[in-house]
Amino acid sequence: MSELTINPGVEIRNSQLEIHHFRLRLAIVAGFVLTMFSLLFVRFFYLQVIQYEHYHTLAEANRISIVPIVPNRGIISDRNGVILAHNYSAYTLEITPARVDDLEALINELAAIVDIAPKDRRRFKKLLDESKNFSSLPIRTRLSEEEIARFAANRYRFPSVDIKARLFRQYPQGELFSHVVGHIGRINQRDLDQLEADDMLANYRGTDYIGKTGLEQSYERHLHGTTGVEEVEVDSGGRVVRSLSRTPPVSGSNLVLKLDARLQDIVYRAFGDRRGALVAIEPETGGVLAFVSKPGFDPNLFVDGIDPQNWNELNNSPDRPMVNRALAGTYPPGSTFKPYMALAALTYGKRTPQQAISDPGYFMFGNHQFRDDKVGGHGMVDMYKSIVVSCDTYYYMLANDLGIDAISRFLPLFGFGARTGIDLASESAGILPSQQWKMKRFKQKWYAGETISVGIGQGYNAYTPLQLATAIATLANDGVMFRPHIADYVQDIRTSERTPIEPKPLRTLGLKPDHIEFVKQALVGVNKEGTGRRAFAGAEYVSAGKTGTAQVIALKQGEKYAENRVQERHRDHALFIAYAPADKPKIALAVVVENSGFGARAAAPIARQVLDYYLLGKVPASAVKDDDATPD
Amino acid sequence: MPLLIRRATRYLVAHIDGLLLGAALLLMTTGVIVLYSASNANVTRVSAQIINVLIALGVMWFVAKIPPHYLMRLSLPAYVLGLLLLIGVALFGEMVNGARRWLDIGVTRIQPAELMKIAMPLMLAWYFNRYEAALKFKNYVVAVALLVIPVGLIARQPDLGTAVLIFAGGCYVLFLAGLSWRIIASVTVAGLASLPVVWAALHDYQRQRILTLLDPAQDPLGAGYHTIQSTIAVGSGGLLGKGWMNGTQAHLDFIPERTTDFIFAVYSEEFGLFGTVVLLFLFLLVIARGIVITANAPTLFTRLLAGAITLTFFTYAFVNMGMVSGIVPVVGVPLPLISYGGTSLVTICLGFGILMSIETHKKLVQT
Repeated sequence: MSELTINPGVEIRNSQLEIHHFRLRLAIVAGFVLTMFSLLFVRFFYLQVIQYEHYHTLAEANRISIVPIVPNRGIISDRNGVILAHNYSAYTLEITPARVDDLEALINELAAIVDIAPKDRRRFKKLLDESKNFSSLPIRTRLSEEEIARFAANRYRFPSVDIKARLFRQYPQGELFSHVVGHIGRINQRDLDQLEADDMLANYRGTDYIGKTGLEQSYERHLHGTTGVEEVEVDSGGRVVRSLSRTPPVSGSNLVLKLDARLQDIVYRAFGDRRGALVAIEPETGGVLAFVSKPGFDPNLFVDGIDPQNWNELNNSPDRPMVNRALAGTYPPGSTFKPYMALAALTYGKRTPQQAISDPGYFMFGNHQFRDDKVGGHGMVDMYKSIVVSCDTYYYMLANDLGIDAISRFLPLFGFGARTGIDLASESAGILPSQQWKMKRFKQKWYAGETISVGIGQGYNAYTPLQLATAIATLANDGVMFRPHIADYVQDIRTSERTPIEPKPLRTLGLKPDHIEFVKQALVGVNKEGTGRRAFAGAEYVSAGKTGTAQVIALKQGEKYAENRVQERHRDHALFIAYAPADKPKIALAVVVENSGFGARAAAPIARQVLDYYLLGKVPASAVKDDDATPD
Repeated sequence: MPLLIRRATRYLVAHIDGLLLGAALLLMTTGVIVLYSASNANVTRVSAQIINVLIALGVMWFVAKIPPHYLMRLSLPAYVLGLLLLIGVALFGEMVNGARRWLDIGVTRIQPAELMKIAMPLMLAWYFNRYEAALKFKNYVVAVALLVIPVGLIARQPDLGTAVLIFAGGCYVLFLAGLSWRIIASVTVAGLASLPVVWAALHDYQRQRILTLLDPAQDPLGAGYHTIQSTIAVGSGGLLGKGWMNGTQAHLDFIPERTTDFIFAVYSEEFGLFGTVVLLFLFLLVIARGIVITANAPTLFTRLLAGAITLTFFTYAFVNMGMVSGIVPVVGVPLPLISYGGTSLVTICLGFGILMSIETHKKLVQT
């Protein structure tokens, strides 16, 4: 303090120097402030001008959520309006696995509120394994009102569990149409890949189910409909604030079939406990009237995902109920092949109707004996008699004369050895043997001796019941062939506009009308005086038919087939092809009854019941009895 | 009568700095307007904020009348009281949302860190002013200790935002007080050099936290969520904004804490780059006025105090806007004069009152 008074000049200069220093530092800080604010400005300019589009998009994506509205799936009905597949609405309890740490514990907790059977747990586990992409999976379906109320009261405890109202597919006819209508199932990764490849993924947003088999699969495009879209504004919690726009979904088209549910039912009952298949076709349209593969299964089991126990039961059953025998089962046609062999011989001029052979009961080729069913033979046999009595020897010789090349050239006309192109997937092509086929399949050349058993529908021959039905329908229709189709038309539910399926014939075989007429006469003879006469005794209409028996195991040389000595599964298959009325066929069919011996005995009576019902409306006695048994 | 009115008016405006008051009023008005939108037209909340504004203005008017040398006398007691309260918080504080910030003093609960915001610059300015004649290295060491102890206590609460602001304020004082460049340089170098050592000593989860702080995208649903959503809000505002009350990010609840720390995201979304520039300009106006007052302040105490208040205000604004736009890690710092909340408003206006006092009392000191 004393210095201050002694030398005030120094103090003032010091103080001024200090102020100068201070202001310099203040200027530096001011520069720092300006720099930082410039930095902020640059940042805001970058965000709000340069990156504006990017952030604008992000903000819109934040704000707007697109909610798909799943369309109602089309209804499938038979030709008379009987419902084969429809929808009903029900409540399901769904878990979002991604939001759950301990699924097991959660399900146990849920089980205290709603019934959760072991079956439900197994199915849930299976769904979980199959579909990791899905947001929520059902643990229970078809909740009762009481269960819904109970869960609603406890809802706060389960943030990852929701009740959802869903439309469910139901097949009221159960297993009767399992192999025709098929079923839907939850979309899995493979379906997603396919949808993506077909550029259909967008239309399946929100859809959980897709047609897996049968018509549900082949008409998926028509049945599914167009998914609607609702644009909603959501808040950060995903709650919908308001709706911005709504495009309603377009329900899937309804599918109306050629099939006759009642006829299908008659066929089903006629088979009883036996395994086999029957396909009935309307010859003048190619429309399928009945399509049965026995045994079937309940398609409803598959809708929500089948539980493993039921799956194993179906999959491991020796009766193989999952195999569509009519579509993918191949059987040697046996003697039902003979009318076509006869037509081939007529067409290629190898036989005339009048030419007759003397049948000793066997045909010798080299030192190999091909035996006829009838010991001692049928005596003098011309073409008519060869079909009516089903003479093997006649066709051994005929096949030998035609040769395998002519056979494998002619039979494709009737669709043998090629897929018919029916509106069902996974069809089998069967086997029409030829030199090329054998070379490709076995890397061996064809032996002339092999042609002989081909002549009676044995050997390598193997066709689906559908192919046999298509062939006989084509013959009944005088060589005008249709692609068989189960669906009649697709109906748009808004405009009621019908889009018919396959209205035009596929092809007309260039065969001589009198050749066809001759063979058809012989087929009428079968049911009048031949192998089918017993089954068709007293029929009020004129029918045509042909019996057949297909060997399941090859017999040793000189061995005779004895039904009671052979294991059930090794017994012959019984076959029958038929159409009626003979002059103006309204129905043609092929039936295969597995392991039940001669066609005349096991298969022809089923054909008779079908024709009786279809042409006369006669319901077989057994069916009536069953009907009475069900309280209505 | 006119004389009486003239006298009354003179009494009212005697120690008011018009420029500072004008800029502050514009900012506070903007704040109320944005709050109306950010709170979804919540009248109760807007009214509460208007009352906060009036209280803060009252505090400012009152403080502006107090001559700086009275403030100087309050420095040491205020600092000691603040420090004791902070220790009290650490020992007996109430846990709210996982942080121990409040102290129950029987009548009401107080947040001693707020007191420290004013007490710290006062204390440091007082300290340097006291040893003005012969500042030695020792004095700087003591000043650093005075700064670091309360900041450490606040950071431990934890209240990182306040700790950063007070620490920054202290650093400005040290710098303006003439801390030698050599020391600044060596501390900077030592700090940078020790970074790898510190990093190696950290636990994995601590490193992760720091990384998330630096890059919010690493934890989009956790710590990074605030920054990502506020950046979207700012960016989608574009040049002119979506318009008042029309911000989708704000009104659909995508911006967290949108009336308090993140209110600037709402403003920027609704008023765009144009509004942002206006706001930056207003803030710069306040800071510039503060710097001019600082430069003209008559004593070291007032110079350092005015500089600390002005630059703390700048730090508030910069950290908040930087945080909202994603260039500064998220620490809880409100936007001065804009964010909802009475405490920070009153603290800042108290600071403005001091600035005005310094400006309006300097002639009295000189004469």
